[in-house]
Order: sequence, then structure tokens, then C-alpha cells
Amino acid sequence: MTGGIMTNRTLKAGVLVTVALGLCWGPQALAQDDPFAALRADMIETIAEHARSAASATGRAHLSPQIMETMHTVPRHAFLGRNTLSPRPLAQLAYADRPVPIGHGQTISQPFIVALMTDLLAPEPDHVVLEIGSGSGYQAAVLSGLVDKVCTIEIIPELGKTAAKAWSRQGYANIEARIGDGYYGWEACGPFDGIVVTAAAGHIPPPLVRQLKPGGRMVIPVGGAFVTQQLVLVEKDSAGQVTTRQLLPVAFVPLVRGAP
Amino acid sequence: MTQPKRVPPSILSAVFAISFAVLAYQVLLMRLFAIVQWHHFAYMAISIALLGFGASGTFLFLARAWIQRRFAAAFVVNALFFGISGLAGFALAQHLPFNPLEVVWRPTQLLYLLAFYALFTVPFFAGANCIGLTFQRYAHVIGRVYAVNLVGSGLGALGMIAALMVLAPQDILKGVAALGVAAAAGAALRLARHRGWVAVAVVMGAALVLVLPPSWLAPVMSPYKSLSMALNVPGAQVIAERSSPLSLLSVVQSPTVPFRHAPGLSLLNQTEPPAQLGIFADGGGPMPITAFSGDLDALGYLGYTTSALPYHLLSDPEVLVLGAGGGADVLQALYHGAHAVDAVELDPGVVRLVQDTHRTFAGDLYGRPDVRVHVADARAFVTASSATWDLIQIPLLDSFAAGAAGVHGLSESYVYTLEAFETYLSRLKPGGYLAVTRWLKLPPRDSLKLFATALRALTRQGVTEPAGRIAMVRGWNTVTILVRAADIAPADVDVIRAFAARRAFDLAYAPGMKPEEANRFNILQEPYFHQATQALVGAKRERFLNAYKFDIRPATDDRPYFFDFFRWRSLGEFLALRSVGGAGMIEWGYPVLFATLVQATVLSAALILLPLWLRRRPVRSSVGTGRVMVYFTCLGLAFMFVEIAFIQRFILFLGHPVYAVAVVLAGFLVFAGMGSAIAPRFAAWAEAWMATRVKRGPVRALGPTGWAAGLVACGVLVYQAALPGVFAVAWDLGGGGRIALSLALIAPLAFFMGMPFPLGLGRVNAHAPRLVAWAWGVNGCFSVIGAIGATILAVHFGFGLVIAAAALLYALAGVVGVTARAGGGESANKR
Repeated sequence: MTGGIMTNRTLKAGVLVTVALGLCWGPQALAQDDPFAALRADMIETIAEHARSAASATGRAHLSPQIMETMHTVPRHAFLGRNTLSPRPLAQLAYADRPVPIGHGQTISQPFIVALMTDLLAPEPDHVVLEIGSGSGYQAAVLSGLVDKVCTIEIIPELGKTAAKAWSRQGYANIEARIGDGYYGWEACGPFDGIVVTAAAGHIPPPLVRQLKPGGRMVIPVGGAFVTQQLVLVEKDSAGQVTTRQLLPVAFVPLVRGAP
Repeated sequence: MTQPKRVPPSILSAVFAISFAVLAYQVLLMRLFAIVQWHHFAYMAISIALLGFGASGTFLFLARAWIQRRFAAAFVVNALFFGISGLAGFALAQHLPFNPLEVVWRPTQLLYLLAFYALFTVPFFAGANCIGLTFQRYAHVIGRVYAVNLVGSGLGALGMIAALMVLAPQDILKGVAALGVAAAAGAALRLARHRGWVAVAVVMGAALVLVLPPSWLAPVMSPYKSLSMALNVPGAQVIAERSSPLSLLSVVQSPTVPFRHAPGLSLLNQTEPPAQLGIFADGGGPMPITAFSGDLDALGYLGYTTSALPYHLLSDPEVLVLGAGGGADVLQALYHGAHAVDAVELDPGVVRLVQDTHRTFAGDLYGRPDVRVHVADARAFVTASSATWDLIQIPLLDSFAAGAAGVHGLSESYVYTLEAFETYLSRLKPGGYLAVTRWLKLPPRDSLKLFATALRALTRQGVTEPAGRIAMVRGWNTVTILVRAADIAPADVDVIRAFAARRAFDLAYAPGMKPEEANRFNILQEPYFHQATQALVGAKRERFLNAYKFDIRPATDDRPYFFDFFRWRSLGEFLALRSVGGAGMIEWGYPVLFATLVQATVLSAALILLPLWLRRRPVRSSVGTGRVMVYFTCLGLAFMFVEIAFIQRFILFLGHPVYAVAVVLAGFLVFAGMGSAIAPRFAAWAEAWMATRVKRGPVRALGPTGWAAGLVACGVLVYQAALPGVFAVAWDLGGGGRIALSLALIAPLAFFMGMPFPLGLGRVNAHAPRLVAWAWGVNGCFSVIGAIGATILAVHFGFGLVIAAAALLYALAGVVGVTARAGGGESANKR
């Protein structure tokens, strides 16, 4: 009985993976027998759909194919920490289009928000990126596949340790992590082409602005634990001038159509 | 079943104790829910109480014969059960993984909510059973029982507020439970048999209450509240705690990772904020207490927030800070060379923390000769004061998370109303400024509502060009709006431009500003703030207000819901977009309350109709179930409408919401209790008077019930018209005098409001005794619907309409009461 279900599920996953491979990008890392591949393919499809619907707000109808490809390979379920769920519900939760609690009042962000924030950073293979608030470790894992080096700082020791274990188990070698106060950034690791501040911030620490290279970008999600209300993008131009850009992750016009 | 002639004192005392305990428990739960979850969950305590009361009415109606044969035993068991389940329910609820924030993503969370309800309904059901049982048994002398019930409830609410002033909520839980056990002991005196067993049960109940470890009753705060998150940081710890009826204040020291709280700080700021202690109110915040040595240079960062703007337009100003909190805005005033600062703070606990507990840390900020601290409601302080200032500063007090979730949506605020703005403007020295700072929300809401309020306030003061007196700047997460009592000169606009440019802030609105000046540093998809403010100062203002997807019409004293931006027609769009951030745009206050109303109505319908359906054969009575239903529905709704509207009317006069709730609630319940005790005598006197003086006509036809209800209906309208005048004259009375006057004002109205219920119930008892518990249940259900409905009505139409509706409902009750009386009278004669 159990064997029958297993075979059935593997078969279904196999078909979906094949379809996904054909339709999408055909990432090499994707193993035929990865039980999560189908769920990840669905997740990518949902992200693409959100990106299209929010295009007018974010200014981009498609997210970078490299980011989609990377998110297709990163095992999000491995970053859910000490979750007591059994594998199947865990996987469904991990790849669902929603944030998931990881303990300590923190969440692993919704896949679309992770994708959008990564896209706003405009990562390049030679970039060095700083992350303030490692949390689950998932954002760093996604960045790891896109840039040269990720430096990440977490305040809560337990979270930092769990994330570090997940990175080493999954073989993310270009992530440097430490536990501590993110306010002063990580001068020794920088300067940075991109900075993600996922920790709640009442203001943007000046040392972070200083450690951003000219032409660099910083992304800050604003909102509560379960809802990202807006994203703040800080850009430093080649002359060192700083501007911010505020984006809603959603296409919403505050005025009724046709109004003054 | 024969009905005993009088109510034994032991039963009256037991009813008093249980009434006291049930209302105290409800007030306590409101406090505890606000600590454990969020402010808007306090409403849940009301609907949970409803469920318990309604279920009890149904239960007693169905089990009447069986349970009345065991009256004393049933009372004892229920009172004991109230005490034990009140404690156990709370202890168990702390282990439920209920997370309201996750409901959007995981609807199964609603099952935990259901369990939460179930746990807390039990004690209310048991407590209500005790009261309902007594009503049933002593229905022919209902006036006395009802009087004791009302006085007990009133003192329960008052007692709880007093207890919260000295004890922490979790410590009071045991006291409330102990009252239940005491009520059980009182009722046990009436037992004929099994006294020994009952004595053992009561002693065991008391022992259980005493030995239950306090740690089981400690409220477990949601891990997503700011305090829980702050305490996750290594080394962070609570170093002081103060509990009051207003809030639970926790002071956190976080040496490893300092707070550095400075909302809206410019990206160009280079000064790190000094060490801070964080004050968290009910786990939300923090409000910082900043370490201050007297060295103003260390406060340089305070010059880099949007709220610093007015100081660049004034020199050596006298400043009024409305909502001083931990003192950040007082420091900002001193940093900018303020000559004197009046700091008004509502919560005396916060002031004591800065003034006493952490005096040295705060550099004796509130003890400086140039800083005067006033513990008062901001609006009441300004209204009562005759002083004038160069700057009235209303800083950012609520945390972004609270503002973002819209949890304040339905908390009344008299600080941001149209009338408040008019008062502030009248207290400015020539050339002075009013400055208000809010979080920047996208799409913009509160900042635009403030702008619209300022415009209208200026217009109402006869200013023909109000647009020349307002300016608005925005940073990346705060907005500050300036209103001047005179035109803002072009030179001053240049100062505003320079201030903004040097800090990478944007001009949203300033007299004479060009469109290309907007949206330069903090770039939005569209220059929303500039477009909206331009629309508001233009000719199509009304069209814009109507077409905007959030409600940004100014709040008024009659409709004091500044934080409510909800519009039904936008809900569908938000929900459709919820998985991509749309959920963050819904202002949850109103929908949550509306859902509570729907749920209360559905539950009430079930609880009221179920017993009638279950009994199958119709309840035969000469008074008619329909009339009983209408009569007690009207009373339930109207009593709460009056009570809630009066609490609102008295907030400004008494200067503090807690005083208003305590004085109005206790006043209404206690004086209504007296009226209810007098009701039978009033009825007899009225009948006798009419028999001798009035032979026929409407006055005679009305009868005592109609008289009482009619008097209340008229009284309510008179009060509505006269109160503002009385308040205006009585401002100078001082705190104690105002409380005494308030009670004197409430007394006559409440006295007569206490009469229709017992008079009606007495009549029901005479003609359809089975319906007594049912009628009580109807009244209970509609009291709760009335409490929620009053707020919903006020959000839409203002409190004036709530009062008018109450008068209408009392009049309707009077008419229905008369008809019932005529029918009942005939039937009684036939018998």
C-alpha cells in the first residue's frame, strides 16, 4: 500500500519535473529523484505569476532568469530549522507561497519577496553581498549561487547556528557568517556591492551606507513578521550620492479609476 | 413551584460576589488579551462573555424545572466552577499556539481561536448561571436581585480598575477566582442537605486557587510582539515592570545590541544615538529613555528626523510636547535650543519611570527647571490650559508595527480630531507652529487625513487661503506636517527646502512649491503625497476624498476614529492581493470588530431561537414571546448605547479614558441598581397617582413601564443637548470636582434606566414565568451586540446618532411595554 503510494508520488513528481525541465530552464543540479523538485517548480511558477501581476509597481515584469534558476535549486525545506513537522507537510509548507515561522519570533520570507529582494540587488557573479539578519539562512543560500561571496550577520545565536549548519550540510561554501550586532556592518568583509537588511530597522545604520560601494544597492523590507508592506531600495551612485526608492510589492493604485 | 417571599441575605451576598467577580473577570481578560495578543483582541473578551451569558440563558430556560429543584446546590456548583475554570482556562490558553498574524496564510489557525473561545466561555457560562438561577427563583422580587447584580457588576468594574493600579493582572486572577469560591460558600449556607460534602468541595476549591503556581498564570506574550523580539537579543533583559489599568510597562536594557531608536532618521545622519532603555507598553514599542549627560552634542541625530523641521523656523521657542513618552521629543526640543518645554504624558507609569526609576540614566530630564511635566490626556490638557506656545509638537508615539496592522483602527483618539486642531491653533503664539509626525505608510493614509483635517480646521477658523499655512515633508519612513497660525512666508519655505535637501527628505507640500521639487530623494512610483495634497487643496477636494481607496476624511469629536481608514469597497481588492502584500494594506480594526458583530448576532440568534425550537410546543403566554423579545432587545441595545456614548462624552471632561470608563460604568450600574431596587415602589406610586389624578388618555395608558422608558428616552436627548454646555462651564472644577459632577449628572438618568428591566421582567414572571431566563438571555445577548454596535454606528455616523438611536429604542420599549401590559392585565384578570 505504502509502496504503491510512493511509486505513484515518485511517478507524478517525475512527470512534473520533466515538464518543468522542458518548460523552464533545465537546471543541471535538479536530480530526477528529488522529491521536492515538483514543489519547487510550482513555487517558481507562482513567483513568476506574482512578478507579472505586480509589474506596474515593481517596474519589472520578469525577474532575472538566473535568480529563478537559483531558487529552483535551493532546497528551501532545509532552512525551516528545528521544525517538528514530518517530511511531507514540511515540504508543502516550505514551498507554499507564504512566510513560515522559524521560531524566536522570526519567519522565513515568502518566496516571492525573497525573489524580488534578490532581483532588486541586481547581483552579479563577482559581487560581494552583506546580509544583516541571517534568519533561516535561505536568503543567503539563494545569494550564494549568484554572487562571489555572501557575508551575513545574525543577532540571535540559536538562529545563526541553525543556519550555519544548514549551509554546511548543503555545501554553500562562499557564505561567511558571524553572530552579533549588525549596526556596524562588516568592514573586513566589504565594501559591498549589495546589502540586504532583513532585520527590523527603525533607521538605516550609517556604517552600512558607508560600506556600500559606489553603484551599490541596499534593500530593506518594511513591515511585520508575516507581511512585507514595502521594500526600500537604497542606491549609491558613482559619485557617492544616496537616493532611496520605495516599492510596493503589489500593483495597487490608491485612487479609484477615472478620479481626479 | 412556590416562590419564596424574600431573598435570603446569604443569596444576595452570593449574587453580589459573583456579579462583582464576573465583570471584574471580563475587564481583567480585556487587559490580559491586550498583553498576550494585541489591543483589538480586547474586544474578544466582550463577545466571549456574550457566549457565556447567552448559553446560560438557553440552558436555564431548558433545564428550569430540574435545576430549580436544586437551586442552592446548582448555585454552589456553578460558583465553584466559575472560580476554577476562570483560572484553569487562562492557564490552558497560554499553551495554545494561536497566532492571529498567521490567519491570512493559514486559515486552520481559526481552530485555535475556536479553542480559545471555548476555554473562556466556560467561566462566563457558570457565573451567568448563578445570576440567572437567582432571577428565575426570585423573579417576583426581581428588583432587589437585579439591583444587587447591577451594583455588584458596577463595583466589579471599578474594583478591577483599582486593583490594576496596584497589582499585576496575573496576580488579580486568583482574587477573582477566590470571589467565586466565596460566593459558593455563601450559597452553601442555604443548603438543606449534603452540607458536609459541599464544605469539603468549597475548601478544596479554595485550596486549589491558593496553591496553583503563579507561573501557570503568567501571561505568555506572542513571540511576534516587539518586547518578545527585543528579549531574543543576547543580554537583553527586563529591568523594571509597572502594571496599571492603562498598560503593562516593561523597561528593557539591551547592552549587547543597543536600541538606537530614532524613527525616520535621515540616511545622511552620522551620529549614533546614545545608550537607551526601551519602554514597552503591553509588549509594543519601544519608547526610548535616552541616556543624557547634559551634553547636547551627543543628541545630534535628533536634528536629522523630519520632526526637527519646525525648530528651524523658530528661535528660542516655548514648546508643548503632547505625548512625551520616554522623553525623546523633549530632548529634541532642548537640542534645538527650546526655551521651555511643557511635556504632557497620559501614562503616569511612564513619567515615574523617567522621573524616578531611571532618573540618573535620563539625566533628570523631567526634573529640569526648563521642563515641566504634566500627567494628563493631551487634548484635555490643551483644552483646560489658557497658555500659548510657539510650537505644539505631536510626536510619533505608536510603533510602526501597531500602526501597520491597523490595530488602533477603532481606538478613539481625541488628539487628531478637527476640534482638537482648532484648539491647538488657538493656543499658538503669533507665528507659532503645530507639528504632527506620523509613520510613512504606502499608499499614504494618515498623513493625508491630517492634511485634510488641518485644511478644514483653518477654513472653519475663517482662513480664506488655508493652503498657504501648511507644509509637509517626508523621509523614507516618517512624514511631518506643519500648520501655522499665519501664512508661511516664502523665506520660510526656503528654510523648509534647505532643511529637507540637507537631510535627503522630500517636500510633499509647501506653499508655492513646484511639482518637480517633489519625489527627488525618496522616490515613489508616483509622487503620491504631492499629488494627493494638491488634490486636497484644489477645487475637486470632495471628489478626491470620495474616490480615494482609504477613508481619509477628517475625524471629529463626534466620530473620533482617526486611525480608521477602512473602506468596504477596497476590501475585495486587498483580499485579492493579500498573498503579495495586500494584507498589509487592510486596516484590521474595523473588519475585526464587524466580524465580532456578525458572530455575536449569529450566536445570539442561535441562543435565543434554539430554546424556543427545542421545546417544540409553543410557550403559551399572554405577553407573547415576540413582545418579550422586542422589549428586552430594545433595553439591551439602548442601555449599552447610552453607556458607551457617555463614556466617550466624558473622556475629554474627565481627562483620562480610564477615569471615564470607571466613573461612567460604575455610575450607571450603581445608580441603575438603585433605580431597580426602587422600581416596584415607583410602579405602585405611579399606579396610585394615576388612579386618583388621571382617568384616561395617553398618560394613563402608558403605565409605569412606559413612564420609566419614556422618561429615559427624553432624558437621554436632554443630556445630549446640554452636556457640552455643562462641561464648558465646569472646566475649572478640578479633578475631584469633575468626577463628583459627572456622578451627579449620571445619577438621575441611570436611576430611571434601571427601572424598565425589572418592571418588564416582573410582568413576564407574572404571566409567563418560563420566559424569565429566556428574556434575561435576550437582554444579555443584545447588551453585547449593543456594545459592539454602538462603536460601529459611531464609526459611520458619530455618537450623536448613537444617542438618538438609544432614545428611540427606549421609546419603542415603552410602547411595547404598554401593549404587553394591556394584554397581560386582561389575562391576569381572567386568571
